[in-house]
Amino acid sequence: MSLDTATIRRIASLARIRLDESEVQQAQAEINGILGWIEQLQEVDTDGVEPMAGGSPVAQAKARLRRDVVTDGGQADAVLANAPDRQGQYFGVPKVVE
Amino acid sequence: MHPTDFTLRGAIDALSEGTISSVELTQAHLDGIAKLNPRLNAFITVTAEKALAQAKASDERRAAGQVGALEGIPLAIKDLFCTAGTRTTAGSRILDSFVPPYESTVSQKLLNDGAVFLGKANLDEFAMGSSNTTSASGPVENPWSRANDPDTRLVPGGSSGGSAAAVAARLALGATATDTGGSIRQPAAFCGIAGIKPTYGRCSRFGIVAFASSLDQAGPVARTVEDCAILLKSMAGFDPKDSTSADMPVPDFAKACERGVKGLRIGVPKEYRLDGMAPEIVALWEQGLQWLRDAGAETVEISLPHAKYALPTYYIVAPAEASSNLARYDGVRFGMRVTEPGSDLRDLYERTRAAGFGAEVRRRIMIGTYVLSAGYYDAYYLKAQKVRALIRRDFEQAYADVDAIVTPATPSAAFGMDEKQDDPVAMYLNDIFTVTANLAGLPGLAVPAGLDGQGLPLGLQVIGRAFDEETVFAVGRTLERAAGFDALPRLRAGA
Repeated sequence: MSLDTATIRRIASLARIRLDESEVQQAQAEINGILGWIEQLQEVDTDGVEPMAGGSPVAQAKARLRRDVVTDGGQADAVLANAPDRQGQYFGVPKVVE
Repeated sequence: MHPTDFTLRGAIDALSEGTISSVELTQAHLDGIAKLNPRLNAFITVTAEKALAQAKASDERRAAGQVGALEGIPLAIKDLFCTAGTRTTAGSRILDSFVPPYESTVSQKLLNDGAVFLGKANLDEFAMGSSNTTSASGPVENPWSRANDPDTRLVPGGSSGGSAAAVAARLALGATATDTGGSIRQPAAFCGIAGIKPTYGRCSRFGIVAFASSLDQAGPVARTVEDCAILLKSMAGFDPKDSTSADMPVPDFAKACERGVKGLRIGVPKEYRLDGMAPEIVALWEQGLQWLRDAGAETVEISLPHAKYALPTYYIVAPAEASSNLARYDGVRFGMRVTEPGSDLRDLYERTRAAGFGAEVRRRIMIGTYVLSAGYYDAYYLKAQKVRALIRRDFEQAYADVDAIVTPATPSAAFGMDEKQDDPVAMYLNDIFTVTANLAGLPGLAVPAGLDGQGLPLGLQVIGRAFDEETVFAVGRTLERAAGFDALPRLRAGA
């Protein structure tokens, strides 16, 4: 399956990456090249196979739950230290509500 | 002997015998960095003052009788590990000015054991690459060069190319690295050093900039197998801050190095004999198996029937996870922000991410976004997860019969900086021997084992059972001893 330019634009929009018109065709060629190569997976018989999301390969090291309690907090200055637009105790963004 | 020529073990001994101080050892490495880093570009940030202060504090602790496992040892830290108060870029423009307010668990453990940090090592952007050419801080050069063509600059491999180049060039005694598809083992092999990706869950991922969370693992690179074992012992261990961290005891890996291989059964996967593989690599692999037989192991042909699907599986799973992980770079909370007059919030996101991410990262985010999108999830992502289960099952079946698996580390020696850059799939094939261990969560060690016809290092890989790094180290050490690898790169400190 080959992606058309409209689909490439839609993916870029979903990914929130601005794509100039001049970049669409190159992205299309590269992504189609990769997807074409990936297509070989369709030949593998996976009927009845449970999907594997990852995580530890042994049972005794499986992901676990911790108690649902506050473990951290009160660090507004550290959290805001790298903000590109800090406004007091808040992150600044362009106006979103008129 | 020049202080940068010590192995990590040798430096630990020299420090404890008092024949050198940590300040002297650290200064010698900083001098090497000052001389060679302008060319190699192995470090993005050099923290010379901090390093010397840490070394001085270490010498004082030693004088007071407090000696940690890595007391006074100068290391490089891959610039993917958050270091409190020291800029951490992940090799990306989008994090160009990011200064973490906290320390990664792995680097904190190294500090707790007395290590000195020389600086932050270069890497492919967000650890996505096999040549260290995608870094926003520029490419890293491999300190090795071809004997008959010394002017062609070679890649160090990636993504941990800065870590591997720094250690090979004797700019650090060891380095932290990370491995999502081969990013420790492939650069280690290209630079003639050792490196281990431990079992998934062995090292905490807390404070490591995330790429593909179900595959990412931290590990060390160093010039000997034993040095890797010493570093891994300090880096590993349970961390409640990482929900996938394994609550398992950490063995004495260095001790395991000397176990030998007598009576071990070593698997040789027939699917790894690729058509068109370089005859030198085939010969080195066969030589390695012979060394193990000579040391008392038995070699057995095994089958990993789904191994050939590992790379395409990886190139669905890893971009899918990356597209999700990298959604956090939105120009709002940290990192770069790009706006135009009149930009709304969406425009801010799109301009920031277009300008902040390099081409390979943008490509992988888009692939990941597509394979997770409505209508394609089952055909791509779910299918890949099922094939991943089959790849793990192949290993489980193999390990019913063998104790470890030995393969080449890479399909070629280091290549030129201008090669393989135009075709993403050709670049991806670098990881063909390493990526299976990430998908299955297994430990894999690269060991320098020989040189190709042009005098470039080649490595072998040992893959072990989950949480059996000890056998991996024993096999790796046996290969290392038999190979007697003592060739040196042309560019190195003290040369």
